[in-house]
Amino acid sequence: MKDAAVENTQIHDEGIEKGAEKLTPEKIQQVYQKMMDAEAGARLKTYVESCVSCGLCSEACHFYLSYDKDPRYSPAGKVKQTMAVLMKKKGRVSVEFMKKASEIASTECNLCKRCAQYCPFGLDIAYVMLFVRRLCHKLGISPQYIQDTAQSHSVTYNQMWVKEDEWIDSLQWQEEEAQEEIEGLRIPVEKEGADIFYSVIGPEPKFRAQLIYQAAVIFNAAGLNWTMPATPGWDNSDMAMYTGDNEIMARIKRMHFETAMRLKVKRIVMGECGHAFRSIYDMGNRALGWRMPPVEVTHSIEFFYELIKSGKIKIAKKYEPTVTIHDPCNVIRGRGLHDMLRYVVHAICENVEEMHPNREHNFCCSAGGGVINCGPPWKMKRVNGNKVKAQQLFDAKSRGAETCVAPCHNCHGGLEDIIHHNEIGMDLKFLGDIIYEVMEKPESVL
Amino acid sequence: MHAIYNFVSGPLAWVAFILFFGGILYQLISRAMLAKKKDAYVYEYWNFYYAFRSILHWIFPFASTNSRKRPFLSIITFIFHLSIFVAPLFLFAHITLINEAFNVSWWFLPDGVADILTLVVIGACIFFLVRRMVQPDVKFLSSTSDYVLLALVAAPFVTGYWAYHQWPGNQIVTILHMLSAEVLLAIIPFTKLNHMFLFFFTRGYMGSEFGGVRFARDW
Amino acid sequence: MDISSSWDWNAGRKEIAQFGNWPTSFDWVEEPYASPDGEKIAAVVKTGEMEFSVCVNGTAWENPFDKVWFLRFAPDGRLTGIVSDTGQWTLAVDGEAWEEKFDYLWDTHFSPNGKSIICAAQNGMRYLLVNNGTPWQTAFANMGHTAVSPDGSRTAAVVQTEGFKEAEIFKFQEGCFSVAVDGQAWGRNFVNAWGLTFSPDNQRVATEVRVNLYDYTIAVDGQPWPTTFPSIWKPSFNPTNGSVVAPAKTPGGWTMVSDGQPLWNGRYAQLWHQMYSPDGNHLAAIVAPKYGHWTMAVDDKPWARTFDDFVTDASFSPDSKRAACIGVTNKRHHICVDGQAWSEGYDMVWAPVFSPDSQHVAAKVEKDGQFTLVMDGKPLKNTYTKVWDPVFSPDSQNVLLRALEGSGSDTIYTRSVLPLNKFLG
Repeated sequence: MKDAAVENTQIHDEGIEKGAEKLTPEKIQQVYQKMMDAEAGARLKTYVESCVSCGLCSEACHFYLSYDKDPRYSPAGKVKQTMAVLMKKKGRVSVEFMKKASEIASTECNLCKRCAQYCPFGLDIAYVMLFVRRLCHKLGISPQYIQDTAQSHSVTYNQMWVKEDEWIDSLQWQEEEAQEEIEGLRIPVEKEGADIFYSVIGPEPKFRAQLIYQAAVIFNAAGLNWTMPATPGWDNSDMAMYTGDNEIMARIKRMHFETAMRLKVKRIVMGECGHAFRSIYDMGNRALGWRMPPVEVTHSIEFFYELIKSGKIKIAKKYEPTVTIHDPCNVIRGRGLHDMLRYVVHAICENVEEMHPNREHNFCCSAGGGVINCGPPWKMKRVNGNKVKAQQLFDAKSRGAETCVAPCHNCHGGLEDIIHHNEIGMDLKFLGDIIYEVMEKPESVL
Repeated sequence: MHAIYNFVSGPLAWVAFILFFGGILYQLISRAMLAKKKDAYVYEYWNFYYAFRSILHWIFPFASTNSRKRPFLSIITFIFHLSIFVAPLFLFAHITLINEAFNVSWWFLPDGVADILTLVVIGACIFFLVRRMVQPDVKFLSSTSDYVLLALVAAPFVTGYWAYHQWPGNQIVTILHMLSAEVLLAIIPFTKLNHMFLFFFTRGYMGSEFGGVRFARDW
Repeated sequence: MDISSSWDWNAGRKEIAQFGNWPTSFDWVEEPYASPDGEKIAAVVKTGEMEFSVCVNGTAWENPFDKVWFLRFAPDGRLTGIVSDTGQWTLAVDGEAWEEKFDYLWDTHFSPNGKSIICAAQNGMRYLLVNNGTPWQTAFANMGHTAVSPDGSRTAAVVQTEGFKEAEIFKFQEGCFSVAVDGQAWGRNFVNAWGLTFSPDNQRVATEVRVNLYDYTIAVDGQPWPTTFPSIWKPSFNPTNGSVVAPAKTPGGWTMVSDGQPLWNGRYAQLWHQMYSPDGNHLAAIVAPKYGHWTMAVDDKPWARTFDDFVTDASFSPDSKRAACIGVTNKRHHICVDGQAWSEGYDMVWAPVFSPDSQHVAAKVEKDGQFTLVMDGKPLKNTYTKVWDPVFSPDSQNVLLRALEGSGSDTIYTRSVLPLNKFLG
């Protein structure tokens, strides 16, 4: 275990390394001071200086638990190694120090805020880590892959360099595919005045187009008046939020919400993604001066809950294999959807075996907070950093669970790697996958 | 000796109290102003109901998940925090002094009970010290200042206990008792001991965000 | 001359088409669109297996296509739809496809006078704009943010001028994007360029740019301002003196800057969608004077009335003396004119429209799934299955109501010219 932690210090990231070549201690100090003057307030000061180093946050963190309780991975330990030193030395730190700080803030913390639930004072370590990430952004030493994603957002307003025509083409392609199964099915593009704008994340048109297909089938069966835009703004995801490029975060959220306003929809229903929810419900809207999302935002969990509870979607035959439930931090700890999630899962599945701890005390998938978006160099560090999740999954499996339901894209990515690496042998599904499978499809032509 | 005693129990005590109360005021006002300027969210999302809900869950032992996970530590910290307030505030000797000076007094603890509470504080400090030195994550997190602060918290209680029991050198120890208590009071607002009053704001803000925006428990 | 002056402005109701019947003729009828003059209603329909067309007033276009989407009427009344045939895409105007075909085509824009129809297109993974069927001479690796000059003669877009591979972040940071006007790229690259705008004389183009990862400014005809800001929004040209204004972020908050220098004194939590009055003498914008409070500011003076959710669809009256917007609080949409919100809140409100004499404001509104028009706070007596935005007659004495009346197969599309007294108190 210790060895794995040591190995982790040898990882080469082009974004950090090459970015650091342009840095000098003077430049670090200058950028640090400028940022402290402009953005460091009472929260940062209190979060860093009033921590009594009691260690009560340590066991909240899956990295800490998974790396054999290596104190460097304890939440307060991450602050101690980064922001606390920066503040104590007033930014007079070495380039090596900042490289390490970038690594700690970007690849060892999922910003899951579980530690805020374990710190007696409610100190927000995720906030401090985000502050460090923003400093790293200002210094140009963000990890390469997540930086590339943030750059994609800045150009295309989506996460994956999806071009405008590719997006529309994907929708039309999925519409055609779905029509083979359900005659007359439509993915209404640019339908002004629809009730719902269905928004997704960049990887959906790129890699998981079947999710759009499934969503269309569900919308269609529920008889809803919905639309998807043919313009940038369709993507709700946001890695700029996680590199600390708050200006780009704000810019892409503006586009997203103004797309909803332009389409005159009553609300945005978003696919099964966690970080995007955080961006449009919590961080992105605030960065623009909107106290809450200007247009109502409904996450898929809540949406499916509505559809099933109201009878708009009927279940033909429940999903038989025993499932377990993974609670995505950003919609559970971030929005309290755990009861609705359970309602939906129990409504569509025969047997449910819970993992523990769960609900708002769940363990993160270790992919969240942009960590999986830091890409291949950091993959094993992330996977090994979540042995506790592997153990939870093993436990659930030993009680019969064959499928893990995870209503979040990043969780899927993270859990997939955990399941594969630890040879757990478990299926991974979105709620939409199962609902599509078990629902009554009124106009099916098959 | 008398001159020192008079100085420590007189002007120095005033200085300590002024620094204590003035320091708290300064910290609260300066942070409130700083937050107004740079942390508008704290004001925007602050909600007294959710703030107190969270504070109450974290003040009492076993009301939070983390507290239930470590019953021994929870009880010790609770009694420790209770004792460092109750023991000095309701000590007969302290109240007598105040009564002599200002002609006000209030209910006091039987000396035997106060004695036990003092021992609890000293015992807890020893426990915290051992924990800091032994438990790897806490050890890693600890800086010299953490040890010094612990010693400074323990000092008035150790010297107070010593003085009360009239052990050898208790004249000097009495002066040291007052001195250490004054030092402690004076530094509270300016060190991480300021969690004494900042707790209500950090916890309250987190409680407000979790209660009012995130709809999730933060305990 | 105003396009609408040639329309039929005689008071009265005309039944144009039995829209509810269309599903008996076609397998598939999409949501309808009404022409600006109200004389036509059109929808994408399916005419056979993998065969789509457009039905106008009950009659389908002669030639069907493999696919038709994004049906829109141009301001001059021409009906456009994006169509594909044998894997090639183009635009059909009143049923006639442009001669030029593309691998893909989308993003239809119209010049205000309706003379120009502009689309984005892709050929062999290269991107370009097409103006009235004529494509740019040069195509680019990527493209976005289409802009059309006021007279419709010129087009511009943000284009990618340098290639970079996946995750080649440092190459990107050197600047790989620029602006192309009529297919001609500026000689200078930026890290990013976004919203574009043409000058009123159609000669100049301004855009918001990021010159490195951190510094934002405005570039005019390729030349960035010497001053940079932590963030910036889309610029506008001052029609009277040609200067360029934009909302910019400063340490004290958002403010309006002109040619890089502060123009307004106010500092806002947010400031965007600025617009000059038609006479060019006033500058208004959507603002948040305080975090979470939204309104309109005219010449740096925010209205006292604010809204909690958002403000949108702001506009000036033709005489430049009045302004209107939609303000939303707690999901209730209000029309707000000159700082006074109409008392009634709606589930949805469409952009408010001023009468040509600037005396009246009307808008399309939705409540409980029914639609109607409201003028000066007073609604029509009836509600409808669907209505389109109101249009005032050139003399400001009448309002054109375009509506779907009835429901199901009895749905009729009607065009009514209503005197203003039809709006009840």
